Amino acid sequence: MSSADQTPPSLYAKREPIFPRRVKGSFRTMKWWLLFLMLGIYYVIPWIRWDRGPDMPDQAVLLDLANRRFFFFMIEIWPHEFYFVAGLLIMAGIGLFLFTSALGRVWCGYACPQTVWTDLFIQVERWIEGDRNARLRLHRKPWDFEKIRKYGLKWTVWFLIGVATGGAWGFYFADAPTLFVDLFTGQAHFIAYMTVLILTMTTFLFGGFFREQICIYACPWPRIQAAMMDEDTLTIDYRHWRGEPRGKLKKGQLDPNQGDCIDCMACVNVCPMGIDIRNGQQMECITCGLCIDACDEVMDRIGKPRGLIGYMALSDQEAEQAGKPQKSVWKHIFRPRTVLYTTLWAGIGIALIVALFIRADLDMSVAPVRNPTHVVLSDGTVRNVYDIRLRNMHNEPRQFELSITENPDLSLSIEGEPGTQVTVGADEQTLLRVYLTAPPGTTSNTADTSPVRIWASIASSTERVYSDTVFNGRNQ
Amino acid sequence: MADNSDNKVKPPERQYPDPAAKLKKDPPTTGHSWDGIEEYDNPMPRWWVWIFIITIVWSLGYWVAYPAWPGIQRATSGVLGYSSRADVAAEISEFEARNEQFFVQLVETDLDGIHDDDELQRFAVNAGASVFRAQCSQCHGTGGAGVQAAGFPNLLNDEWLWGGTMEDIHETIRYGIRNEDYADARWSEMPAFGRDGILSEEEIDETVHFVLSLSDADHDADLAAAGAEHYEMNCASCHGDGGEGDYFIGAPALNTQVWLYGGSYDAIFESIYYSRFGVMPGFAGRLRDAEIRAVAAYVHQLGGGQ
Repeated sequence: MSSADQTPPSLYAKREPIFPRRVKGSFRTMKWWLLFLMLGIYYVIPWIRWDRGPDMPDQAVLLDLANRRFFFFMIEIWPHEFYFVAGLLIMAGIGLFLFTSALGRVWCGYACPQTVWTDLFIQVERWIEGDRNARLRLHRKPWDFEKIRKYGLKWTVWFLIGVATGGAWGFYFADAPTLFVDLFTGQAHFIAYMTVLILTMTTFLFGGFFREQICIYACPWPRIQAAMMDEDTLTIDYRHWRGEPRGKLKKGQLDPNQGDCIDCMACVNVCPMGIDIRNGQQMECITCGLCIDACDEVMDRIGKPRGLIGYMALSDQEAEQAGKPQKSVWKHIFRPRTVLYTTLWAGIGIALIVALFIRADLDMSVAPVRNPTHVVLSDGTVRNVYDIRLRNMHNEPRQFELSITENPDLSLSIEGEPGTQVTVGADEQTLLRVYLTAPPGTTSNTADTSPVRIWASIASSTERVYSDTVFNGRNQ
Repeated sequence: MADNSDNKVKPPERQYPDPAAKLKKDPPTTGHSWDGIEEYDNPMPRWWVWIFIITIVWSLGYWVAYPAWPGIQRATSGVLGYSSRADVAAEISEFEARNEQFFVQLVETDLDGIHDDDELQRFAVNAGASVFRAQCSQCHGTGGAGVQAAGFPNLLNDEWLWGGTMEDIHETIRYGIRNEDYADARWSEMPAFGRDGILSEEEIDETVHFVLSLSDADHDADLAAAGAEHYEMNCASCHGDGGEGDYFIGAPALNTQVWLYGGSYDAIFESIYYSRFGVMPGFAGRLRDAEIRAVAAYVHQLGGGQ
């Protein structure tokens, strides 16, 4: 057909609203458990208390941006240890690669906040308006009291969930009980209210109205995932060789010439993305598994084996069509690629844990002052200045002792301190101006540069750290 | 496939689905095909267009509300009267207000007592450092090392012309050196022994050797012995018998390793022949009392404070 005798379709399309039908089954049950688990974690974690002593916050998980500290139960991360966070992010990335190469868009289908909150919002909609057909009827109906009442109630509940979502986010960044009271008494910071407002609105709009459009138009991750799947990746598909040719049941019986698909549209009606899985894997599919539940239920009812729609890999399809059995799930999951991802993931994880346990809870950074490189004193002594930052990553104040090795010529003193000891408060840091001096007649006094190692140790424990630097002599 | 032999992409022919078809099929394609890969021609979601329109409307409102269009002298100011410069000014004055209590405290605290108050000392050092960079670093250097060739003293060592206690440093900063604006200014005067004919070049040569001997530098012992006499007659009254100097009159010590204008024979010869001295402005009228005290505290903790 030629295009000349047709009017081109509109460049813009209105969204077709989707009214997923209720479904029962193992995937649905698992998704409910995951939803409770993940929302539970999200809402409860900021309220867990963790005693760290009198000078420290007692919140188990706290991202204290103002004081630049990150608390996670017994672990405390300082800004200079941010590589832990970077490591966790890399692990999260590799974890996603692993799950995507093994199980396709499993993140999208079960764990993504967009999916979880949309699931919750659809359930709210179902409670208030009824199942698919009732919702469809209400949607097509002109505005009347019932529609206003039900829509109003639905939007109110959505909005309250949004407020709870946005509010809970803030609790990760401040003391939760204090912020909770402050939010309700109007004493919280403007930024806190803005955060709650923005996250309330994103939750409300994304979960209530945008839904599948976020996945289709806004999110880059599905597109990246598509590129990471291969022919061994397990994903949801329709066994067309078993189901086709599809046809309705006639007098409650299947025609022996027809396939198992009775074209009941159950898989289409439950789909939160509004697609027909029988067209094969497609861009919109988040692999939530609900069509599997819906189809299995129907297969049970018409006395056919389950699995007309199910998890399978592309490589299985040809084998299965040829009558051979499907490869086991474990063979799909344990492949060189997934083993490589797992090894990388675990390697970084182990390295981080080891780093976490061997790190000292004190730290020192030494910055030689090089303006000027050295100073000659009246008796000919040469002096170098170092800006030394001591960090006491401990919940009690401790006394630090500075000392030097590797260079017997030099002696150390601290500006404004009578000795070489200094007390640093609990979980605090201090910046010291430290002098190293080489008396006249010593090698370090006249040499260009000479090496020196500066130690910071703690009197009350065996912990100590060092930093290597150089001392500039008068010929520098 | 389109014929791309002339290296130009021909506008492809679009394919549209049959509107009579009831079943939802594949969306239309743009007609492009690259190595057999075709491009769907899906319609855009309508709300995207709405967002685009809303941003345009928003920008119209923004032009009215906020500074937007550049003019010859200045941009249109906007009905809300917003100015990022005013924001900065407000932020600065907020900090200044917060610092004010420390400035008051600085003036009220005894000079030697500043160090005993950790918080005040920290404030004084930081405030002093900022004043130092703006007012002092041009001569004394950003690191306080001075410039020997120009006679700008090094503030990091333990040698002082006019004393290195908090009081001394504060006094020097306040009134300056050889500054006619203040009766209290530090004032030193050294005769130009050569130029004014007080000593002959030969005598100066001998004196230089004696001065070098005071700090155990290389010198000719015979000449130095001869120079000792000239030194005692002409120099000792200010620089002291052993070259120990005098803070009270700003006479530098000559028996140390620290030299204001250099410790070489030539440098010392020139100092005696022509005489040299530096000047420094007084900051009493330029800076607030608290700022002067802050700079004094900063300089005092650079390493030479007494």
